[in-house]
Amino acid sequence: MEVKILSAKFDIDNAHQIEVAKSHGAYQTLEKLFSMAPEDVTNEVKDSGLRGRGGAGFPAGVKWGFLPKDLDKPTYLAVNSDESEPATFKDRYILVKDPHLLIEGIIICCYAIDCHDAYIYIRGEYTSQVKGLQRAIDEAYEAGYLGETVNGHDFRLDVTVHRGAGAYVCGEETALLESIEGKKGQPRSKPPFPAVVGLYDCPTIINNVQTIASLPFIIQEGADAYKAHGTEKSTGTHLFGISGHVEKPGMYELPLGLPLMEVLEKVAGGVWKGRQLKGVIPGGSSTPVLTAEEAKTVNLDYESMAEHKTMFGSGGIVVLDETVDMVKLVENLIYFYHHESCGQCTPCREGLGWMLKIVKKIIAGEGTMADIDLLVELCDNIEMKTVCVLSAACTMPVRSYLNKFRDEFEAYVTDAAS
Amino acid sequence: MSDRSELISTGEPFAFDAERDAEFERLIVRYPIRESMIMPALWMAQEQQGWISAEAIEYIAERIGTYPAKVFELATFYTMYHLKPVGQNHICVCRTLSCWLRDKQAIVDYLAKEIGVRPGQVSEDGRFSLEEVECLGHCGTAPVVQVNGEFHEEMDLEKFKALLATLD
Repeated sequence: MEVKILSAKFDIDNAHQIEVAKSHGAYQTLEKLFSMAPEDVTNEVKDSGLRGRGGAGFPAGVKWGFLPKDLDKPTYLAVNSDESEPATFKDRYILVKDPHLLIEGIIICCYAIDCHDAYIYIRGEYTSQVKGLQRAIDEAYEAGYLGETVNGHDFRLDVTVHRGAGAYVCGEETALLESIEGKKGQPRSKPPFPAVVGLYDCPTIINNVQTIASLPFIIQEGADAYKAHGTEKSTGTHLFGISGHVEKPGMYELPLGLPLMEVLEKVAGGVWKGRQLKGVIPGGSSTPVLTAEEAKTVNLDYESMAEHKTMFGSGGIVVLDETVDMVKLVENLIYFYHHESCGQCTPCREGLGWMLKIVKKIIAGEGTMADIDLLVELCDNIEMKTVCVLSAACTMPVRSYLNKFRDEFEAYVTDAAS
Repeated sequence: MSDRSELISTGEPFAFDAERDAEFERLIVRYPIRESMIMPALWMAQEQQGWISAEAIEYIAERIGTYPAKVFELATFYTMYHLKPVGQNHICVCRTLSCWLRDKQAIVDYLAKEIGVRPGQVSEDGRFSLEEVECLGHCGTAPVVQVNGEFHEEMDLEKFKALLATLD
């Protein structure tokens, strides 16, 4: 089932070193790249159907097309390597095992959008990964792939690593820009969108690590070769991170569109300890949960997830076995989002705190049926009433647990009353 | 660590060592505005000193040409900056979803019972400090523990005890 496009070099020893990476094809796209017109590069990416792999799934080439033309300002690229959505750990594999694939992708993107200063925003917790990435960038400078004349062409490109320091919200693209500018990571109101007013008030493209790392294949092999994998609207491959109660958790590169259950059983070894499946979180903690029954009919692509009223998200799949207490899981989730709220918008800052208090009260056996309804009401009063979607990233999944596993919340209330 | 409300003074002036001084100069030209250097400078101060003192905040502000309050603001917003000394071994246990599903609590409970250190605390002998942190991005090898920045994956209580035995 696995298709190795992004992970082609993951099993090769020391592929993070430039000489090893080069002997396996790294930077070979560049000759072709510089023979193409920048707009042809963008068109090839548009044709490939590549969608943003950070979670939103917006077509990458279309995003690049939003940059204003003939503006007397520099264009910036910010590579989102914040990877903080719970259950998401895919980009780390690229950073550690094949950082030159990312750098090659950055060169391709920057050439297409006429950008000469790229920043990689990497989460602060990735301590050794930051160092490894910087080492790879230093190697690329020494080899002439970065700097004043990229690959011997009249094209300057500087790549700078900017290290975050523990704020989940900085994965939100405008918070990320604020953070690079030396401010608290508090999201901006949109519009204007970053493509028009972004980093340092200049046009800016923000792409996820995996999105950028998909570019070398698309340019080298062509859009059709990329589209040969996946479905009509969800093209290509994705690095799926499977975690939780499975026999073989881990990172697997798969074409989009495969049936979820087939992947769980054949790739991830099925539910651990011979237990029954209770539910699946399909794409990171902020995506609505699927029941075991719903999981039977869903495929791993953007459209099938939407049909099941959830989201593809980051491809971080969490398997929940029959023993999971969904009320306590919801407490764990709300705690996370409450902790990570940037504090800018009252509904998020205060509302998530109230939700946490109520769910704790229910768990303590002091809740009432009205408290369960109050949780739903709070979700309605918080969602879409804030600058960014952090609060919705909490309320959307919480509402799904309240809908699909309400009996477990009610059991806490009735058990306490009896 | 938990209390982020005030700065602690060492009583000694702070300045970057030669290596960090060079790194500061290498990086500052990469940004069109000097304030972009606040976060990198805070990291450098923390790497040099182990934590960020009042003097380090003053030094960074002066070096960048901004207000100390602006540097303090970022040092409090971003939770990985330590505003007081941590233990010789700073242990971060991931508390979020996938690590929670795979019993990270056993590790936290063990540290409380056997080492006497709870989240947000430093042990009396200063050897250990503990923080429960949010998702560390190692969900496929959960539960995960980070000691002084180094990741230890697929932990269980036995492996964690063995890891503790190797620490100074």
